[in-house]
Amino acid sequence: MLRDAFLSALVALGLFGAMIGLKTDVGATALTLTPRPLAVAVAVGLVFVGRLALLAWKKARPPHATGPGALARRMARIGHFVAPLLLAFAVALPLFAGRYWLDMGILVLTYVMLGWGLNIVVGLAGLLDLGYVAFYAVGAYAYALLSTQLGLGFWTCLPLAGILAAFWGMLLGFPVLRLRGDYLAIVTLAFGEIIRVVLLNWVSLTGGPNGISGIPRPTLFGLTFTAGGGEGSFADFFGIEPSVSHRVIFLYYVILGLALLTNWVSLRLRRLPLGRAWEALREDEVACRSLGINVTVTKLTAFAIGAAFGGFAGAFFATRQAFVSPESFTFIESAVVLAIVVLGGLGSQLGVALAALVMIGGSEVFRDLAEYRMLIFGAALVVMMVVRPRGLVSGRAPSVALGSRKRIAAEMVTEGRG
Amino acid sequence: MADPPLRAPLLAVQNLAMRFGGLTAVDDLSFEVRAGEITAVIGPNGAGKTTVFNCITGFYRPSAGSLALTHADGARFALERMAGHRIARHARVARTFQNIRLFAGMTVLENLMVAQHNALMPHVAQGLLAVFGIGGYRALERDAVEQARFWLDAIGLTPRADDPAGALPYGAQRRLEIARAMCTHPVLLCLDEPAAGLNPRESDELSGLLLRIREGLSGQGCSLLLIEHDMGVVMRISDHVVVLDHGRKISDGTPAHVRDDPHVIAAYLGEGDEDDIQAEAVP
Repeated sequence: MLRDAFLSALVALGLFGAMIGLKTDVGATALTLTPRPLAVAVAVGLVFVGRLALLAWKKARPPHATGPGALARRMARIGHFVAPLLLAFAVALPLFAGRYWLDMGILVLTYVMLGWGLNIVVGLAGLLDLGYVAFYAVGAYAYALLSTQLGLGFWTCLPLAGILAAFWGMLLGFPVLRLRGDYLAIVTLAFGEIIRVVLLNWVSLTGGPNGISGIPRPTLFGLTFTAGGGEGSFADFFGIEPSVSHRVIFLYYVILGLALLTNWVSLRLRRLPLGRAWEALREDEVACRSLGINVTVTKLTAFAIGAAFGGFAGAFFATRQAFVSPESFTFIESAVVLAIVVLGGLGSQLGVALAALVMIGGSEVFRDLAEYRMLIFGAALVVMMVVRPRGLVSGRAPSVALGSRKRIAAEMVTEGRG
Repeated sequence: MADPPLRAPLLAVQNLAMRFGGLTAVDDLSFEVRAGEITAVIGPNGAGKTTVFNCITGFYRPSAGSLALTHADGARFALERMAGHRIARHARVARTFQNIRLFAGMTVLENLMVAQHNALMPHVAQGLLAVFGIGGYRALERDAVEQARFWLDAIGLTPRADDPAGALPYGAQRRLEIARAMCTHPVLLCLDEPAAGLNPRESDELSGLLLRIREGLSGQGCSLLLIEHDMGVVMRISDHVVVLDHGRKISDGTPAHVRDDPHVIAAYLGEGDEDDIQAEAVP
């Protein structure tokens, strides 16, 4: 221990000797060097003591408490009250937040929803999907086309967009059923790009790079949210001053509701045979087959249900922007959503919500830092993966128990190879 | 052996062959598994035992031959033409694996619940409707938990029901894998080296469990087919032994008959290792 600290101090001396020990001053005619032995001694001493303290602390701590399992348990305990607090905050946000923060909230919640949707495919079923944005795009264009061409309303189109996305999810599922791991990832990546390129080039239907504009806004039981008020608008019906913020608040609650629906369905499915079969599939596909589980159908349902939530989120995106173009559905979107899921901890609902908050919220808050933003972002990801390789909230909670539910440490849980 | 009514065997393997490219792993193999018996498949390493298992349970499609399974109610299944999960579900053949394949990150109870997947969710639509509480899922789940509890008691793992399966000691994992297979209500349970890596006490317990399953622990008839290298276990519990060597059957009969068969002794003396010969001679 002492030897280790001494070596650290020696290294520090070598470094600081030149860096701190020699100060250059602008003299009368030329630069003069002023030696600062005291400063060097202080720095080296600090390193020596610090290293000694660090080693002593490491030694004093019982080894079992340092494991990631213990950390996961602590996180899970914190999670018990973080989740309700987060939910209460999300529900109350429109009461005190301004337009900017609400827009940000909508953006974050969209990604929370996408993260939860992808979590079904990647986190539960263990199928690595790099083309999730394709279903987001299918949902968005489904609503855009159905509303502008056929004049259907948002609430009619929402389930249709989900169904269409689920259908495309199954179409993707069929060819990739036999693929695993890296191969699966590449094919899903290609699928995401195919959808985008088709949207870009099928000009007669999608408008190509010009996209589709003039997509109708959602209504609340037929009440519109026009800025000018007028007959049949929300403001007119309740006899209040018309305001743009009404629509923003309404959109905020719509996406909050959709995200919570995603959460509820996935939590519920986890405790049902279908969800358990997904997790079993992630753990061991061969064993699933030997137990009479139809692996094909089980994988397809995971793709389809995950895609359906992507489709819902897409329809919401289209109605919020009132404009869609292929530019919004590039690979980077898939990557961001996957990063949210991985960062949050595969299979963890709270982890995904926190990760979306940090990643999307964080990158918006630091917009002032311009190009350094992505640098910081990347560095944060690397650090995160080194410190907590299994995500913010790792480990899994059992879906059924005879006695008490004990959290299962992440090391036990298989990540899945597709 | 008292078997007066002349009825079809539970499983009839006829002229089974399995070729991988130029390699013939199993060649022209025929044998029968009779209902209510424990049938053991033995043979030196590389004799093709696991390949036979993989053919029976649908993991391989045989190159030639037939595998006819007949239920007690007369329903017949041609296993050589069925997909793996359909064999487990409809023909009700369950299996365990040579290297244990549990769902390590799921609890012991969850492992047994996954095994009852088809009973809990007859089709996908029902599985999805259960999200909204439609379809009487609660009662089904209660029964499934009871069934799991029954098997947990049988293998002595009830106190560890909520621990992850991967955290169990090796012997307990072997027992859990058997219990998981039994939760699918099989008529034929195929065990691939169930006693491998067990200490003498554990392998005694295992023999007891297998005998109890044969006697009808599950409440319905279940026959067993096992691959085993532990000759002590094989000679003690099996009713019928099939010996393979180089993919061919070299002997077939009662344990006593097989033990004295010169072909078997030659195969083990010529090819097997020292331990097998001694094990062969001890009982």
